Amino acid sequence: MLKIWSMKKEQQKAENAAEGTTGVAPKKKKVTAAQLRVQKDLSELSLGSTMTTEFPDPDNILSFILYIEPDEGMYKGGRFSFTFNIPASFPHEPPKVLCREKIYHPNIDLEGKVCLNILREDWKPVLNLNAVIVGLQFLFLEPNASDPLNKEAADDLRNSRDGFKRNVRQAMAGGSVRGETYQRVLV
Amino acid sequence: MTSTEVHPASEPARWVYLDRIRTRPGPSTNPDVFSPEAAAAAMETMKILVIGAGGLGCEILKNLALSGFKDIHVIDMDTIDISNLNRQFLFRQADVGKYKAEVAARFVEKRVKGIKITPHNCKIQDFDEDFYMQFQLVVCGLDSIEARRWINATLVNMVDEDVEDSYKPLIDGGTEGFKGQARVIIPTITSCIECQLDMHAPRAAVPLCTLASIPRQPEHCIEWAHLIAWDQEKPFPQLDKDDPEHITWLYQKALERAAEFNIPGVTYSLTQGVVKNIIPAIAATNSVIAAACCNEALKIASNCAPALGFPEANYMMYSGNDSIYTYTFKHEKKDDCPVCGQLARNMDVDPTWTLRELVDSFAARPEAQLKKPSVRAEGRTLYMQSPPSLEAQTRPNLDRTLVELGLEEGQEIAVTDPAFATVTFKFKLKFKQ
Repeated sequence: MLKIWSMKKEQQKAENAAEGTTGVAPKKKKVTAAQLRVQKDLSELSLGSTMTTEFPDPDNILSFILYIEPDEGMYKGGRFSFTFNIPASFPHEPPKVLCREKIYHPNIDLEGKVCLNILREDWKPVLNLNAVIVGLQFLFLEPNASDPLNKEAADDLRNSRDGFKRNVRQAMAGGSVRGETYQRVLV
Repeated sequence: MTSTEVHPASEPARWVYLDRIRTRPGPSTNPDVFSPEAAAAAMETMKILVIGAGGLGCEILKNLALSGFKDIHVIDMDTIDISNLNRQFLFRQADVGKYKAEVAARFVEKRVKGIKITPHNCKIQDFDEDFYMQFQLVVCGLDSIEARRWINATLVNMVDEDVEDSYKPLIDGGTEGFKGQARVIIPTITSCIECQLDMHAPRAAVPLCTLASIPRQPEHCIEWAHLIAWDQEKPFPQLDKDDPEHITWLYQKALERAAEFNIPGVTYSLTQGVVKNIIPAIAATNSVIAAACCNEALKIASNCAPALGFPEANYMMYSGNDSIYTYTFKHEKKDDCPVCGQLARNMDVDPTWTLRELVDSFAARPEAQLKKPSVRAEGRTLYMQSPPSLEAQTRPNLDRTLVELGLEEGQEIAVTDPAFATVTFKFKLKFKQ
């Protein structure tokens, strides 16, 4: 059998021997890697004044709601909420994020699916929850017509920024745009 | 040097060549650790654990048995499916529906005399550290990153710096189509699976907007049916990927979409493959990777040659996509690895302390000196400084005692602090009597 002991000693020599610890103790449940990572991400979260969170079950930090109230841009005055469901495979896989309201936005469809590159094709384990939150905030400042999930909204934005702006106001007030009724999100 | 006869003349000739390898030093053998008698004796008595009895597992069990390991345990929760039979060669048609671990163990025992294989038809999570402690070596042939992370974290946490036997080398094999990898992990000494998490590229995903607006490939149409059309129409309350009726619905939707955009190639089996995320398993890749893994097991057990990770290269990647290519390199340990970067330290606490006293004590601990610590235990949020809503929700906990909060002797807690963005401190609570 291999000599782990001698290997360990060599390593310690190289590292200038860190202080030792541990005795034999009964082992208890350990915090899982995904939870550790989320805890770390949450303690580094910078929400600013436009965002708040809500944890239905504070013991389950893998599931929460994020509220965004943009203070500038076309969606100013609205309050939007997103459910975050973080899989056990996080950060290998991205969090699952859904918009809870039916809103008029070129990158969010009527079911609440969000087209944000880092939530899907460009997710990397080095990214964190803050990156996702900044990404969501950015969607309200700069809706993007070139990658549409709501094709009608994207067409409107491309055709006339002013017309699109009017539609956004109308939809946020709970009105209809092109026959589709949206949810009132004004605060 | 003369070779040592390990097997009596009555044993089959199949061991002759094995003994030539493990009882004779080669050009790379380290003479300080190699002893022909010890090598064979170690393998006779050593207990080795195989995790997974699928494509890789069948190969690994067969290889280990033929490499002279005598006491093998195997864990697999799955039962045999007819689609396994093309490559999982320890199974026959009559075995369909039976437990993989069970059937594989009996098959190999029958073919290789004198070895014992103990099957466990369950999940790896069903066992605790006491179970894993009995093995000297763990070989994984898994198809899920989840399970790999779990066994990795378990083995890392089992390390007791004062007990050599608590270091369980982990040999991990993995394959995906024509590609694969074999690596050796010595918990806390070499880089662990969590350190190497970014080596597993997530499956290339297509942007949702491409699916929604400009599909180009049959897969895009299927993904559209799966991710968008299903949610819009909800033909059944819950998508069951094993229900042919559900797959048929997705297939029909994908066909309609493909017709609309003039994309050929949507078939029922492609639909099934895309939706269930099936990666074609290739028998040849499995056998190459399993061979590499078992070779490492033989080297670790016998010291007949230096194994991966001793001390340099610890990761071998293999690609059969364009001819055959392997590359072996050293994956460095990560200092900020949440699993092996910071091992749990014992922390003496008084169970009658309030959580506030515990939190304040972190500021005084010389190795931590945490000013804004957030504290959690498994499945339990004790106190979080951020975000504000969670802080408000957990603040009442500060005035409760550790006992009132349900914390126990030996429980592990994780402490984070924005001032130490890259590190998670872990402590094991030791109650003062």
